[in-house]
Amino acid sequence: MREKHISKKEVEHIAWLAHIELTEEEKEQFTEQFNRIIEFFRKIDEVDTKDIPPTYHVLELTNIFRKDEVGEPLPKEEALKNAPRREGNFFKSPRIV
Amino acid sequence: MAIAIKDNICTLNLRTTCASRMLENFIPPYDATVVERLKREDAIIIGKTNMDEFAMGSTTETSYFGPTRNPWDLTKVPGGSSGGSAAALIADETTLALGSDTGGSIRCPASYCSVIGLKPTYGLVSRYGLIAYANSLEQIGPLAKSTADCALLLSVIGGYDPRDSTSVNIPLGDFSQELTDDLKGLRVGLPREFFEEGVEEAVKRHVWSAIHLLESLGATYEEVSLPSLEYALAAYYIIAMAEASSNLARYDGLRYGYRVEHDDADWSRIYARNRRIGFGAEVRRRIMLGTYALSAGYYEQYYLKALKIRTLIRREFEEALKRFDVLVGPTMPLPPFNIGEKIGDPLTLYMCDVLTVPANLTGYPAISVPCGFEGNLPIGLQAITKPFNEDLLLKISFALEANTDFIGRRPGLS
Repeated sequence: MREKHISKKEVEHIAWLAHIELTEEEKEQFTEQFNRIIEFFRKIDEVDTKDIPPTYHVLELTNIFRKDEVGEPLPKEEALKNAPRREGNFFKSPRIV
Repeated sequence: MAIAIKDNICTLNLRTTCASRMLENFIPPYDATVVERLKREDAIIIGKTNMDEFAMGSTTETSYFGPTRNPWDLTKVPGGSSGGSAAALIADETTLALGSDTGGSIRCPASYCSVIGLKPTYGLVSRYGLIAYANSLEQIGPLAKSTADCALLLSVIGGYDPRDSTSVNIPLGDFSQELTDDLKGLRVGLPREFFEEGVEEAVKRHVWSAIHLLESLGATYEEVSLPSLEYALAAYYIIAMAEASSNLARYDGLRYGYRVEHDDADWSRIYARNRRIGFGAEVRRRIMLGTYALSAGYYEQYYLKALKIRTLIRREFEEALKRFDVLVGPTMPLPPFNIGEKIGDPLTLYMCDVLTVPANLTGYPAISVPCGFEGNLPIGLQAITKPFNEDLLLKISFALEANTDFIGRRPGLS
């Protein structure tokens, strides 16, 4: 059961896709837990859903647009006040290349 | 009136943390629409309340700031994820409270703390300023100590908001109608699946005595079966986690949120490290499982299949609510349990949401109303009805309030 649905290697791959670093211990623990949770998810395999459309959303609303009008922007200081690092009027990002 | 606000609802210049280290120092530059409306009616925001981190939990134990305890028994959980709101109410620290409900997060703590908690119809209350977890499932809603308070709060926060594209533009029902306990002609359906072996006998006993009370006030009841409910919990968790993985991708520690001290490594490593330290284990589990359910090769097997089951469940509810005005059952399958009892085993904890998630999958409104005590631990009755029919849920709540003393009881806090 431990690696029936998902292997430790796959867990590492998903962590990479989701941009979440994991410790060695967490990799073991998550692999064990994910296998049990996915086993539970697989219950839905029993249901015949042929010709059943998916419900992404419960309302009959599609494409709600607003007018493309210029509104009051957030003042610069307000927009920057929660930034962990800034430089002048910019958010300071970690190195990208 | 004093109101406590769950800490995933943005309050201008008042720290809003989502009970997460990620947002420990986040100060919103704007008010959520519901908060704006409350301020306009001169409500006094008395504080922000503890919750499960990013509303992911049913016990308020996953909060980065530590658990909230149940005022009825400090060794028990208060329910979650809006546990702080429910506990603050019954401890008489506030008159009103706001919560949010993605899979039961208003109704579960309402049940466990013995207050009234209502999840409105999807689209009735604006989600603008609610920090998103699973957008297609969640609604902000009222928690209160009387039906009249609950109705008042709903009438203030409800209604169309152009800033939320899923807000529905229809006139609000008259929630402040004169409340009566006359239930003549009310047709109550009892979903068989809400009374099965997974639900503890003590819970069923208290819910049944409330059903007999509704009968004595003029209601009739009959059993109904909603066979797809068996798959509701699995479908719910797949959908909620998939949406969470997308919503929480925004937490990169750049414009706001947790950023590690030494950030001189490359961007993707810093991003991943911010998210390991900024998010607790349950949040990371859900983001990762959601990523898995949406990833190539699994999308159809899990996510799309879950959305199709959602259609089946909706159809069954639609059918049942042609025959009945309201569906009634327990809110929670078991009374409040010990702090620490289930937190180590995520799957066991997920099982507690089995009776509350259907209302989120369908978007239907649902309420939890105190209906008894097992020893000194509260039990809640859940009622679910057709979209935009909240006034009927309030009527049932009032009927229980007027004919029992459960709602007036307070824990003996010293």
